[in-house]
Parts: sequence; C-alpha cells; structure tokens
Amino acid sequence: MTLDTTRRGFLKGAAAGAAVLLVGTGPKGAVAAGHSASTNLNPFVKISSDGTVTAIVKHFEKGQGPATGLTTLIAEELGLRMDQVTYAFAPSNPELYSNLFFGGFQGTGGSTAMANSFMQYRTAGAAAREMLLQAAAQTWGVDASALTLEEGVIKGSGQSAPLGDFVAAAAQLTAPEAPRLKDPSEFRLIGNPDVRRLDSAIKGNGEAKFAIDVFLPDQMIAMIARPEQRCALATAFDDAEAKSVKGYIRAAIMPNKAGVVVYAENTWAAMQARDLLDVTWDVSAAETRSSDQIEAEIRAALDAEPVYNVNKTDMAATKGAIEAAAQVVEETFYFPLLAHAPMEPLNCTIEQTAEGKIILHDGAQMPTGPHMAFAQIFQLPMEMIEIRTMLAGGSFGRRATPTADYQVEAALAFVMTDRSRPVKLVWSREDDLRSGYYRPAFGHKVRVGLDAEGQIVGWDHRIAGQSIMKGTPFEPMVVRDGIDHSSVEGAADTPYAIPAASFGLTDTAKATETLWWRAVGHTHTAYVMEVMMDMAAKAAGRDPMAFRMDYLSDGTADQQRLAQVLKLATEKAGWGNAPEGRAQGLAVHKSFGSFVAEVVEISGTPETGVRIEKVTCAVDCGIAVNPDIVKAQMEGGIGYGIGHVMRDQITLTDGAVDQYNFPDYEPLRIGDIGQIDVHVVASAEAPTGAGEPGTPPAAPALANAIAASTTGLRVSAMPMELNGVSFA
Amino acid sequence: MAIQLKLNGENRSVEADPGTPLLWVLRDELQLTGTKFGCGVASCGACTVHMDGVPVRSCQTYLEDVGTAEITTIEAISEDRIGAALQQAWVELDVVQCGYCQSGQIMSAVGLLADNPKPSAEDIDDYMAGNACRCATYQRIRAGIQRAAEILEA
Repeated sequence: MTLDTTRRGFLKGAAAGAAVLLVGTGPKGAVAAGHSASTNLNPFVKISSDGTVTAIVKHFEKGQGPATGLTTLIAEELGLRMDQVTYAFAPSNPELYSNLFFGGFQGTGGSTAMANSFMQYRTAGAAAREMLLQAAAQTWGVDASALTLEEGVIKGSGQSAPLGDFVAAAAQLTAPEAPRLKDPSEFRLIGNPDVRRLDSAIKGNGEAKFAIDVFLPDQMIAMIARPEQRCALATAFDDAEAKSVKGYIRAAIMPNKAGVVVYAENTWAAMQARDLLDVTWDVSAAETRSSDQIEAEIRAALDAEPVYNVNKTDMAATKGAIEAAAQVVEETFYFPLLAHAPMEPLNCTIEQTAEGKIILHDGAQMPTGPHMAFAQIFQLPMEMIEIRTMLAGGSFGRRATPTADYQVEAALAFVMTDRSRPVKLVWSREDDLRSGYYRPAFGHKVRVGLDAEGQIVGWDHRIAGQSIMKGTPFEPMVVRDGIDHSSVEGAADTPYAIPAASFGLTDTAKATETLWWRAVGHTHTAYVMEVMMDMAAKAAGRDPMAFRMDYLSDGTADQQRLAQVLKLATEKAGWGNAPEGRAQGLAVHKSFGSFVAEVVEISGTPETGVRIEKVTCAVDCGIAVNPDIVKAQMEGGIGYGIGHVMRDQITLTDGAVDQYNFPDYEPLRIGDIGQIDVHVVASAEAPTGAGEPGTPPAAPALANAIAASTTGLRVSAMPMELNGVSFA
Repeated sequence: MAIQLKLNGENRSVEADPGTPLLWVLRDELQLTGTKFGCGVASCGACTVHMDGVPVRSCQTYLEDVGTAEITTIEAISEDRIGAALQQAWVELDVVQCGYCQSGQIMSAVGLLADNPKPSAEDIDDYMAGNACRCATYQRIRAGIQRAAEILEA
C-alpha cells in the first residue's frame, strides 16, 4: 500500500491572488508534476496562502469517524495541531478518490476507511511538509534540513514565518516522489487518546447539516406511495382526496411502476397527500411468499447435500470422523431478515443548474453508484453530474446499495418534472423498514465430533441463505467458483485450528433484496462458530476460554492476535469470577482484519428476565489512529449486535412486510445494556477495521452467558425474545 | 392561516394549518433543522423540543396545541445553563457518532437535569428510555449527563 505522491498543480484560489497548494496522488498513483487544475487532480490536502489547511476526506461520515481520522493523518505529517486543520468531503470522482479496496469504486464500507487511506493521507501530508520546507529554504537561501515545521510555523537559521507565506513558492515545486513519513515513535496525534472528534460540537448544537437538512430555494418534496405487497405495480391512482391537502402539487406513476410519486410544497403535505392517494396495484407478478416459507426453504437446504464445498475438503472424511467420535454436539441455527434502520430516514435532493448540470445532495456512502446511474438516467457525461456529500445520520450499510435505490428513485421523480424546481425525496420510517433491502435470512447446521479426551475430531458445517453479492458489481471481487464469500466469511475461514472441518454452502432463492448489514456475513457466522465452540467446551467439560485457546495455539499471526484479545478481555472481565447471581459468556472473532473478544455478564435467567450488566471488550485493529473513536465503535458495534438479537426481525405475510415503524422493530434502548469497557491493544500493525468488528462477538457472547445462567438454555433462533428469553 | 409562536425567545408568525405537527413547522417553514425527523410516531425522540421547559415530541405536538407556550429548540438551548453544561459535556466526552439523534437526546437530558440534578444511572435509563440512538452511544449519553451534573454543581 505505498503510493506515489506528487504535486498535481497550482490553482488560483477563489480570492484574487490567493495561492493554493494541493497535494495528492495521480489517478493510478502515477507521478506527474506541473499539471494544471484541468488535469486529474485529487488533492488529499489543500493549503491556502492564508494558512488554511483543509483535509479533503474521500469517505463519508456516518459517525464512524473518518472525517476526524483522515484529517488527523494530514495534521500529523504536517506537524499541525488539530485546531489548525479543517476538513471537507471530496467530490464524487471514482478515478481520483476510489476506495483502494473497492476496485475503482469510491465508497465507504467494509470497515476500510482508515485501512485504505492511512498511507495515502500520511504521504500527502508529508509531501506537502517537504515542499513547504523546500520553498522556505529557497526563499531564505538556507538548507531545508536546517528548518522545522511545527504548529504551522517554519523556523530555522534564525528566521520564522507562518507556512502560508510559502504556499505560492511551494506550489511551483515538484513534489517529492517518496517523502519521509514520520516514524511511529514521532507520532503526536496518531494513537493519542486525547484527540477529540471534529464534529462533536456541531452535532450537539443543531448546526450539523445532514442531507435531510438541505433546503434549496423553491424545492419540492417528493414521497412515494408504495405497495403493501412487495413488487406490486402501480397501474392507476385517484388523487381526488389528496387534492384537499394544502401544499399538494400532483402525483405521477413512476416509469418503472414501482410506486406513485407525490409532489408537495413541504414534507407534511407530502405525507398527508400520500396517505390520501388511492392507488390501484397490479399484484399479478407481486411477491406472495411469507417468511415461514422462506425459513422452510432454508431449513430444507440445510438438510440436503450442500451445493458448494467451500474449502474443497474431504466431506466424507469429516462425516467419518464425526461418526467415529466419542460424542457429537449438534445444533441448527436460524437468523431472520433484519433492517438497518439508520436514524436519518433515507433522502436526497436533486437540482439542475442553468448549464444543465445535475447536482445530487446526499449522505453518499458509495457515490460512484448513483453517479453512474445518473449518467444513464440523465444521459449526461460523468463530469456533468456533481455529488455533494452531506453528513449521514447513520447507515449500517443501508446507504450503499449496488442499485443506488433511493437516489435512482429521486432521479426518476426529478425527470418526471420540468426540472425547474429541485426535488427532495424523503422516506418515512415506514418506507425504511419496509424497503426490502435486508440482511438476508440465513440458516446453519453444525455437527461437531469430540473424542474421549474432549478434543474436536471433526466439524461439519452447513450454511444456507440468499447471496448478497451475486448480481452486483462486486460479484467478480467476492464470488469465487460460485461461492459468495460474504455468505461464509467468519466460518469457512476461521482461524481456529479445527481438524477435519468442512463447510458447505447452498444459495437459496431470492426472498427480498439483500444488503450488507453492519458486519455482513459475520453477523451470523460468528454467532454459530462461537456458540458451537461453547457447546463443544461444555461437552468436553472444559472452561470455554481454555478450550478455545487450544485451537489458537498453532502460532499463526491470526491465532496469536485472537489469543491476545481473548486473554485481555477475560482478564479485564474477571472471567470465571462472576459475582453471585451473575453469569458470563465470551466470544472472540476476527472480522475486517481486526480481532475482538467480548465478555458479556448478565444477571437473571431467561425465565425471570435477563439483564445485561456489563460487557468487556478487547480489540486489536492494528494502529488505532484515534483510540477513543475505536472505543466508541466497539461500544456502538456491541449495542447494534445485541439490540437486534434481543428483539428484532423483519417478517413477511403473503408478500407484505409485517413491520411498519419502531414500535414493531424496537431499537436498543439506553437501559438495555449496562457498562461497556473497551480495551484497545497497542499495536504497530497497519490499521484495520473498527466500524464493524465490534458487532459479531456481541450476540454469541450474550448467548453463551445465557447458557451459563442457571437454565442452560441455548438460543439457536433469533430474535431471542421470541425464542425463550425474556429481558429485564 | 398565520399563527403566532413564541419560539426561542422571539415571536414568530407562521403560515400553516393548526393541525400541522410542530416538527414540520420548525423544519420546513422556519428551517430550524436541528430538530430531527426520525419516526413520526413519538417512538424515537429525535424531534424532542421544549414546551414551557418540558420536553415534548414535536412530531406529535400540533400547532393548535402550542398556544402561547414557549417553544425552545436545540438551536437556543445553550442559553439555558443546563443545556450549555450538557453541550460542554457532550464535547468533552465525544458522545456523538452519526449525531442525528443527539439534539433530541440533549433536549430530553435538559428535562431530566431540571427535575433531578443528580440522577443515578438508573434514573437516566428511565428518563431517557424514549430517545433511541441507533449508533448505541448510550453509555456516553449516561456519562455525559452525569458529567453535566458535575459541571452544574461546580
């Protein structure tokens, strides 16, 4: 992950005579100097002659902290304090700002924001630093090695001046091909737990602008009347009653007949008019299945021979080993559909400029998706479409659909107007929960053979569910030999040294649209792996922690890192010494390159009401650029993981989603989890993910704590509240 | 029709039907966008504002119900000493993640501290139960409220 860095040009700033230094990388990391603004210029840092330093952040901010994190990298290498640097979101341009792990797509996801940006942004900051020092050295007629740049001031040889004084001269220089990066021992900001978020104040005083807060002059609000039965088509509508709503403008059937767009002067009018609209739906090709049928299909697939042998192992040998085992532990698991339900309902705003340019205002998680879709819909070249990235009120994966679903809806709503007025598409919470983009339902069936000494001798693991990646632009990257890695990640690639392990996969038929949901496949595989390890430990009469350590002792780096977090979490949690009336459960899991162990401590029992008293977490995510944000991500990931297994599911009856709003899809509440203590492992490894890895171990650690409470109940189907567990 | 509102210490006139939820008057008519739409059914608390100093869900508070009551939104809560202390604590502890629910969290927390200057963790859990945070920043909200209580006591 080393990238060439170069000065890509010299721009005149908005203010006459103001010089600007931009430092970044070429489209493919190629070095070229002296180009003007009209060439491919992708600065990661912009420095103005008034001394303003702006980090250009290529990832969107949905709360996980990349705006602060990427800005920190620039400030670190430029020797600035955090209050001397600001940030702006990069425009959509996949050639210039692609996610290095996404193959030409600009986007945020897979817990990659820091991992793919760490060297890019540091290199840009370091190159800018060297250029400013070189410019000062030339101006003063001294050697650059005699100069320092600290806190925005260049000093040396008896002279001192603010960095802004040298921006114009620096912008004339050729960028260093390989600027010297700081040695980790020199870091003052990276890894500093006192570096605060840059967006805390504006998010606490109402100033923060999310996409839903965009108000353009003369904009219309659009909402869409949607069918109860999924995939029904609108054939006609009667808006006689809707016309009584003050502010209602008109309605129109969408070109794809997926719904009827209601246009209004304001959101409340749009909501009222939509409720009063009488739409005729053609249900002849609509979805008719119920979730019971979807579950039955998944369970049947688990009982049949799997279609894919994921690791091309000798499945017969696995079966034989289990048949010959002294005892067999087996369980079947079921995980329902889940919605993402970010706090800010989906929305975006589209306007057309006098020059015919289309501007999308969006909390854009994967801007390349809507950008390409808009080029087709509006028949415009990419450069005539601009995406302005706003803060996003959460996502958990929902704002990054391969189909750009809600942005395309907005575009269709816009093209059915004369384009003289901007159109803001707003979803209600009902639209969100019923949208059809869900974490797919999955089933697992596992048989584990143990010998007389309680050692695992065979592990037969079947997985069935709907593929997320097939049919998306990511299929070539993620699907190999027909196997969607996201269906089996966290199981088939387990770092545990398990003998005679086989993993089978069967794709089931499309039930709904599917989508990555915070931690993707790990949301179910970690649960199954960690509950099965617990069941095997119990059958072997072993402590669950010690039992796991036996399978993490081959000396691989992954095993060592898992063992380290497991030891740390159990030590900090007082593993094995739960107070009277408490029970503990643990889980440890690798996901998105990071290693996380969690211990959940509960009081009560499934009958009397379980209360989650304490969660102790240890995380190794390589260098934690901002340790407090990493802690916050673990806290949030744990809450997200536990909240959904407690009580949430999306179900269908005769093709219609049963849930409407939060009362039917109750979010985690403040009283549901007691204290969460997070311990971040000091590491010199490259940064890995933080947004998702806290989620996978949380639910199985809870399940294992419940099993360790007096009743020994093993919860194998979600949500727990509908499967024998009451919560206090 | 024109309706008079006492809002953030000012008299404002708005053109809206009496049956319009206060949320949409604030957001769409007055562009006070700090008050957020989350569910529309008083289930998430993102739209919390104060009516005569008491937290209410603005998505279920209709213009006709407001009358002469003083409405306060997040944009003006720093003028309240409890609001200012909470905002300070929120920054000190970096409570926020996505931040979308946090206006509502702070508006509710002002109500809590006005009633109960030294709330226990359990008091906080009870009072704040109606404010959802999908990022699950809950333990920092708890810590932030207790930190604000300390600031106010000092």
